[in-house]
Amino acid sequence: MTEPVVSLEDAGLRYGETHVLHDLTFSMSEGDIVTVIGPNGAGKTSLIKLILGIEKPSSGSVRQRAGTRVGYVPQRMTLQPTLPLTVRRFLGLAGGDGRAIEGALARTGVAQLADESVHHLSGGEFQRVLLARAILRRPQLLILDEPAQGLDVNGQSALYELIQSLRDELDCAVLTVSHDLHVVMASTDTVLCLNGHICCRGQPEQISQDPAFTQLFGEHLANTLAVYHHHHNHSHDVHGDTVP
Amino acid sequence: MIDLILNDFFWRAMAGGLMVALVAGPLGCFVVWRRMAYFGDTLAHSALLGIALGTAFQTNLNLSIVLVCVLLAVILMLLSRQQSLASDTLLGILSHSSLAIGLVVLGMMQDFSIDLTGYLFGDLLAINQKDLLWIALGGAFILMLTIWLWRGLLMITIHEELAAVEGHRTGLLRLALMLMLSLVIATAMKIVGVLLITALLIIPAAAARPLAATPERMAMIASVLGMGSVVAGMTLSWHMDTPAGPSVVVAAFGFFLVLWVIRARSPA
Repeated sequence: MTEPVVSLEDAGLRYGETHVLHDLTFSMSEGDIVTVIGPNGAGKTSLIKLILGIEKPSSGSVRQRAGTRVGYVPQRMTLQPTLPLTVRRFLGLAGGDGRAIEGALARTGVAQLADESVHHLSGGEFQRVLLARAILRRPQLLILDEPAQGLDVNGQSALYELIQSLRDELDCAVLTVSHDLHVVMASTDTVLCLNGHICCRGQPEQISQDPAFTQLFGEHLANTLAVYHHHHNHSHDVHGDTVP
Repeated sequence: MIDLILNDFFWRAMAGGLMVALVAGPLGCFVVWRRMAYFGDTLAHSALLGIALGTAFQTNLNLSIVLVCVLLAVILMLLSRQQSLASDTLLGILSHSSLAIGLVVLGMMQDFSIDLTGYLFGDLLAINQKDLLWIALGGAFILMLTIWLWRGLLMITIHEELAAVEGHRTGLLRLALMLMLSLVIATAMKIVGVLLITALLIIPAAAARPLAATPERMAMIASVLGMGSVVAGMTLSWHMDTPAGPSVVVAAFGFFLVLWVIRARSPA
């Protein structure tokens, strides 16, 4: 059996006296899609920092397979308006040549934005530019922090559909973090429900029945967990509008 | 005109000014992008402390300026990790304290008859051949380092964590940027003086912003505008007998005003 792309064993993170995360154990291999959900302050962003290696665990271990290429789509990037930057140059900083950049942008459906200033993009457009930048590195591990934030339901499902097909294409492990319970990718293998520790885990259909899950989010909210399924009769453009 | 060029000290001043402006362009962009204007001021003020200490211990002034600037940069970097004081308060304390300590130390050594105005506002026309060599060497070093580290510096400016994930050594890059700023401030001091150095860094960069679509272009345009300001300011200084350093800054400000007025009048 091959070594997982990333594995956590009893990993914990502490800032001073505050335990942000504790006793996290899970691993991901190529092709896995894991969705982490949890309320605000559950430590979702800290978990991402642990996996990315930006933070070192204060207990336990976080191990990335040696030489793993990581693609990262950060949450809500604030760009300095004083820094002029075109989409093409932004991707170029990740180290791709012209053709690779065009290809990545086309793959995420934003090829027409290549020469646009990053300051003129909408939230949804910028998410796709960030995604294009991440896949430019041909990642084995793709990490997305609240990728669907600020998108409407159609935009969200279009984005999730895209992420799924990118997973199929690149055969990478995908870790998505979300505070939004309403839409979880259907092809998610595992939902991790996080609140300092892993409260419960399971397939999306199962987890909404889990008492720990209901307790964390409240009965009403927990019942709204919707599993997003593919609709192959149409697709969506950047804005979530249906295109035949 | 020929007279103007043949005057040796004027030619030296022009060459020194052009070299500093060339290097200050890209670094000034980082100061603007990363909102480090106040940080630049603080480093510049500490340069006066460097002069005072260098004079007191009779060491090479350029060396003591660089050392004090670098030391202050490192102290600032360490102190900024604590949360109890806002960073602008911290900068204000260090900036004005180092300026005041520098002035007090210089005051205690009255017999050395130091030209304080020269240090505060620059003494471009007094640049000697050794100064020019120092500027050329320091400038070439900073420029090469800027080009070498360009992509990493840009990435930590755009998104620190993304940069870290992509393998950039973010802590080292931040330190390198501070060291380069310290060096450029130490070399630029002769040209515009302690109180006006930040102007030479940020005004050409800010003026270049509306003309540029990529960071590289902005850096190059900032260099060109800075060099233009040196030529225009020195010409003004020659003909009107105005102080050289402030004249250069006034010229830069002129470029800035003109470019932003043109920009405001033409819809993007």
